[in-house]
Amino acid sequence: MSLLNPDSGLIFWMLIAFGIVFFVLAKYGFPVIIGMVEKRKLYIDESLQAAREANEKLIHIKEESESILARAREEQANILKDAVETRQRIIDEAKDKALFEGRKLLEETRQRIQKEKDDAIRDIRKQVAELSVGIAEKILRQNLDNEQKQNGMIERLLDEVSDTKK
Amino acid sequence: MKTLKYILIGLSLCVFCSSVKAEESQSPEETKSGVDVQEIVFGHIKDSYEWHITNWGDCEISVPLPIIVYSSQSGWHVFLSSRLSEHNHYKGFYIANAGAYEGKIVENIQGKEARPLDISITKTVLSLFINSLLLIIIILGVAKWYKKRKPEDFSPKGFVGLMEMLITMVNDDIIKSCIGKDYKKYAPYLLTVFFFIFLNNLMGLIPIFPGGGNVTGNIAITLVLACMTFLAVNIWGTKEYWKEVLWPDVPLWLKVPIPMMPVIELFGIFTKPFALTVRLFANIMAGHAIILALTCIIFITASFGTALNGSMSVVSVLFSVFMNSLELLVAFIQAYVFTMLSAVFISLSRVEGAHK
Repeated sequence: MSLLNPDSGLIFWMLIAFGIVFFVLAKYGFPVIIGMVEKRKLYIDESLQAAREANEKLIHIKEESESILARAREEQANILKDAVETRQRIIDEAKDKALFEGRKLLEETRQRIQKEKDDAIRDIRKQVAELSVGIAEKILRQNLDNEQKQNGMIERLLDEVSDTKK
Repeated sequence: MKTLKYILIGLSLCVFCSSVKAEESQSPEETKSGVDVQEIVFGHIKDSYEWHITNWGDCEISVPLPIIVYSSQSGWHVFLSSRLSEHNHYKGFYIANAGAYEGKIVENIQGKEARPLDISITKTVLSLFINSLLLIIIILGVAKWYKKRKPEDFSPKGFVGLMEMLITMVNDDIIKSCIGKDYKKYAPYLLTVFFFIFLNNLMGLIPIFPGGGNVTGNIAITLVLACMTFLAVNIWGTKEYWKEVLWPDVPLWLKVPIPMMPVIELFGIFTKPFALTVRLFANIMAGHAIILALTCIIFITASFGTALNGSMSVVSVLFSVFMNSLELLVAFIQAYVFTMLSAVFISLSRVEGAHK
């Protein structure tokens, strides 16, 4: 049956046609397409890898920033605490100093006052002594302006002294 | 995948519509003189020197094709097939009506019909050329898309995307998984074979002029394809492969006094391409034959009365739709199977002494 009998002319043309198709497609067709598909696949894989790395880096950065933030917060608290302490200390010191100064001032004043008082007292004493001497002088002068009185006086004083000696 | 489904459905509808139209337009003459189903079917399946499209009333519309013959007596002759129509003789050549060369060009040498060397551009050859050109245009077009772009660009959409899907499917699922590490050397050949068969199968399903040729359903075509695989298998076969053929790993008595196993293995080398040849040829030819026979039901039942003819037409159309859809599947499956078996045969020839 001619159906099962391959025709030589057809085989000839088939060889030529298929040969040309094969040559053209194997040279300019499929390698280009497959090469590009594979390159794209490689590119996608690389991009995925890069994205994963970037993600990891981002997570790392986030952690780092968080730790930095925590540290900053801690530092802030420390600084605040220090500031409070310093303030308290300065206030205390100032208070102490003020107290001390005040006390010193008070002491000095007191001493000065004492000194003034002493001076004043000494002055008064001196004046009183002078006055009393002056008065005494005047009194004596009045009482002893005659002989009789002077003798009487001497007598009495002598008596007194002797009395006191007894 | 959805897009692919719609494309397949659309294609099958197109195929079906045009097939019915094309066949119906042939009807007027056939109904008058009774329908010779065998002639219609075999007329389509077998090669012919002209491309018959349709009959318009009594006028036959066909594409005349160039005939190229070499006669041992008168040398080369090139002329159009229209000169040989209606049993005309031209320069001593005519188409034989009966005998061993029925339907072929013969010449009369000393009262005997002799076959000249015939490399005419027949219907199958023209279909082959058209389909080959179409394949080159499609694949180079797709390749051009890739050439203009960088790997960083977006993946293709539409037709190029579909082609990329098919190419990567064949490349990854058939070639890479069957052959293994040397697959790159064979990938262009196997891809070419796949798309060559697939496109020819699909074009064969389109019933009007540029398509409709029974290319892959012709044993000469499948024979050449199988021979290519045969060459690819045996030229680049490894030492281990030839050792397994000529001195297989079987008990000694199977190969020493009478080389039983080597003969069987050698025989196997030739049965493989034979199986490839017949499988593809028979499947596609049978598909064409069944679709044509189903369509012919309409014209056979035309003389049985309107009611029967009408109901049988509905049955015929339904069956044709079913068969065309099935043939679309077969078109893909046969291309797939041919490529896969070629890849498997190649992988068998690439064995290395690893299992020892």
